[in-house]
Amino acid sequence: MQAELTKPSLATPEHPIEISGSQAVLEAFIAEGVDTIFGYPGGAIMPIYDALYDYHDKLKHILVRHEQGGIHAGQGYARSSGRTGVVFATSGPGATNLVTGLADALIDSTPLVCITGQVFAHLLGTDAFQETDIINITTPVTKWNYQVTDATEIPQVLAKAFFIASTGRPGPVLIDIAKNAQLQKFSYTGYTKCDHIRSYRPRPIVRKSYIEEAAALINEAKKPFVIFGQGVILGRAEEEFKAFIEKAGLPAAWTILGLSALPTDHPQNVGMLGMHGNYGPNVLTNECDVLIAVGMRFDDRVTGRLDKYAKQAKLIHLDIDPAEIDKNVKSTVPVWGDCKETLPMLTALVNEKKHTEWLNTFHGYTKEEHEIVIDQELHPTSGEITMGEVVEALNELTNGNAIIVTDVGQHQMVACRYAKFNESKSNITSGGLGTMGFALPAAIGAKFGAPHREVVAIIGDGGFQMTLQELGTIMQAQVSVKMLILNNRFLGMVRQWQQLFHDKRYSFVDIQSPDYVQLVKAYGIEGNSVDDRQYLKEALQQMLDSKESYLLEVMVGKEDNVFPMVPQGCSVSEIRLK
Amino acid sequence: MKQEYTITVYTENQVGLLNRIAIIFSRRKINIDSLNVSPSEAEGIHRFTIVINEFEEVVRKLCRQIERQVEVLKAYFNTGDEIVWQELALYKVPTDEVAEKLQVERLLREFGARAVVIRKDYTIFETTGHREETDKLLAVLAPYGLIEFVRSARVAIIKASNGFHEKLKEFEAVEPASELIENEFLNKQAEVFSM
Repeated sequence: MQAELTKPSLATPEHPIEISGSQAVLEAFIAEGVDTIFGYPGGAIMPIYDALYDYHDKLKHILVRHEQGGIHAGQGYARSSGRTGVVFATSGPGATNLVTGLADALIDSTPLVCITGQVFAHLLGTDAFQETDIINITTPVTKWNYQVTDATEIPQVLAKAFFIASTGRPGPVLIDIAKNAQLQKFSYTGYTKCDHIRSYRPRPIVRKSYIEEAAALINEAKKPFVIFGQGVILGRAEEEFKAFIEKAGLPAAWTILGLSALPTDHPQNVGMLGMHGNYGPNVLTNECDVLIAVGMRFDDRVTGRLDKYAKQAKLIHLDIDPAEIDKNVKSTVPVWGDCKETLPMLTALVNEKKHTEWLNTFHGYTKEEHEIVIDQELHPTSGEITMGEVVEALNELTNGNAIIVTDVGQHQMVACRYAKFNESKSNITSGGLGTMGFALPAAIGAKFGAPHREVVAIIGDGGFQMTLQELGTIMQAQVSVKMLILNNRFLGMVRQWQQLFHDKRYSFVDIQSPDYVQLVKAYGIEGNSVDDRQYLKEALQQMLDSKESYLLEVMVGKEDNVFPMVPQGCSVSEIRLK
Repeated sequence: MKQEYTITVYTENQVGLLNRIAIIFSRRKINIDSLNVSPSEAEGIHRFTIVINEFEEVVRKLCRQIERQVEVLKAYFNTGDEIVWQELALYKVPTDEVAEKLQVERLLREFGARAVVIRKDYTIFETTGHREETDKLLAVLAPYGLIEFVRSARVAIIKASNGFHEKLKEFEAVEPASELIENEFLNKQAEVFSM
């Protein structure tokens, strides 16, 4: 009996084995190649945790301190590894604590499979203890969700869940499993992966005529400009993308989630788009003649005022999600497809070109931005430490080889603007939802997703205090995460807006911090705090040299602002340098 | 210009899908004028008929968001002239009022109405037709002590449709036939969202 129980994967349709629904869940994980689960137990998911007891040699479970931390860790894992993150939570409050992470993962297209426990099926709708209608609560924030009340459904439902989460435009899936189904024994015939759902088309067939039209536009263009997003990373098309822009000689700028898909020092990488992006890419969006958007969705933070966005340009939009095409910006040539497929097709048809003069136009703007903004941000000689110089010092010490996880706010914009990246999947941040508190748990997950890489979480003093309970997870899981708090003693981004647009009426942005060094010490984590420029590099080096987790707090300018900035409601060409 | 559109959605028969589709409208603060869910010509496939008043551009985007749902096979949108549609209405009136003050026979003929139930205390009439027709009968009956009125959601047939059987076969194929990928950004010439 025991032997059978520990080897249910040997089950076949001819030789079914009796197992519980809970075991079927874990069997599905093993078949799908899951190695790490982030979770928190509770009453309604206890049968699964009981089964997990026997699987601890095959599945690593990381006990988080809050379900939100669990799901953000799952996201970090997915983003650093390119695989699907897996999360456990119990019913009721456990499940509702996932909601922020689900919304974040949906808008940032992160593949997740979340399993929530649910009360016994006969108690559904009775306001039972820790019962909540998590299916309806999470419907707007999941790519797919499903409630299981019968264990026999589990293998196929989980197969569907992993297929849906990871294919097409990835996203979070939530499977709610009633306790009776977790306990129920059934005849298990083995696990079959799902590769087709008739109502779901994750891989569109690429229509050649559009590739040809797109290539013709690119070949005729005098000032072509590529803007790319996370689609390049999710499609694992970094090489294909590079080959494309190199052959056609196209300048390329990234959205915050596209960052790291193209190495920072690539000669055609012209910088960041959007509200706090670089000067050239924003202004020249309104001067290019052909705009080629690859795997990005024209978020309002990227486009600024839509009716003044790239009106002069013909738009080629490559995206796997048909709902994104023409959603915000009307395309001239829509290329619906997986960019892993469409980019090589385009590359084959475009002419080899250089566009040197056009590229130099970008460099001209870069020079101006350096003089007015960047130089003093990265290399100040007096005054308080700037966020930019911390990031610049970090670049020098890591050579751009670290995974940088950022939270949300000023430090996020500064880190994304100035951090150097050599490798894809190295920038992990909450882009679409802007979830403060994301970075610390996501960094934990990122380290599990890429254990051999250095993970540095750059976090503001506000965001760190939102999820600092996960220090407990770091302590217990003994995971090495470098925490770099850029402390300006303000909720900086909101303060910046209040300064610029609300007559400096600083309404509840003055936030106090605990003594972070003492705080992490309580968790057995080493820490340090610097406020003097001359010790900054040394302190960063010490943080990076640490084999274990380490927290470094850097006191930075209290009222520093992030520039350039496209004020809300303005066109990208109205970007302000100061 | 805003106008009336009838959206036809072919879906799997799945608990919770109604909510998934409904929130696509409510999230954008769009009111659904009429919603009907029924079986379709293809076995196991359900058919939603949704009526809204919106700009074409908005309706097009809504249909894409609907199609994006995993369990939705296809969404079409049509204006009134592209479909044949009907609504059904029931009217409950006091029998003595109708018998005394209204020529029932004339009423039945004029509005194509049918008496479903005739009891001593009340009579229930039924008509099917377009909104104006059912409304007209409502106006006529209102002064005669109308007790209850109810109108069904719209059901509609797309004139140009060849039904969903063939499409479904293509959906079931692992490698989809290229006609399946009919979508305006893949084939702008072909009529999009009309079968």
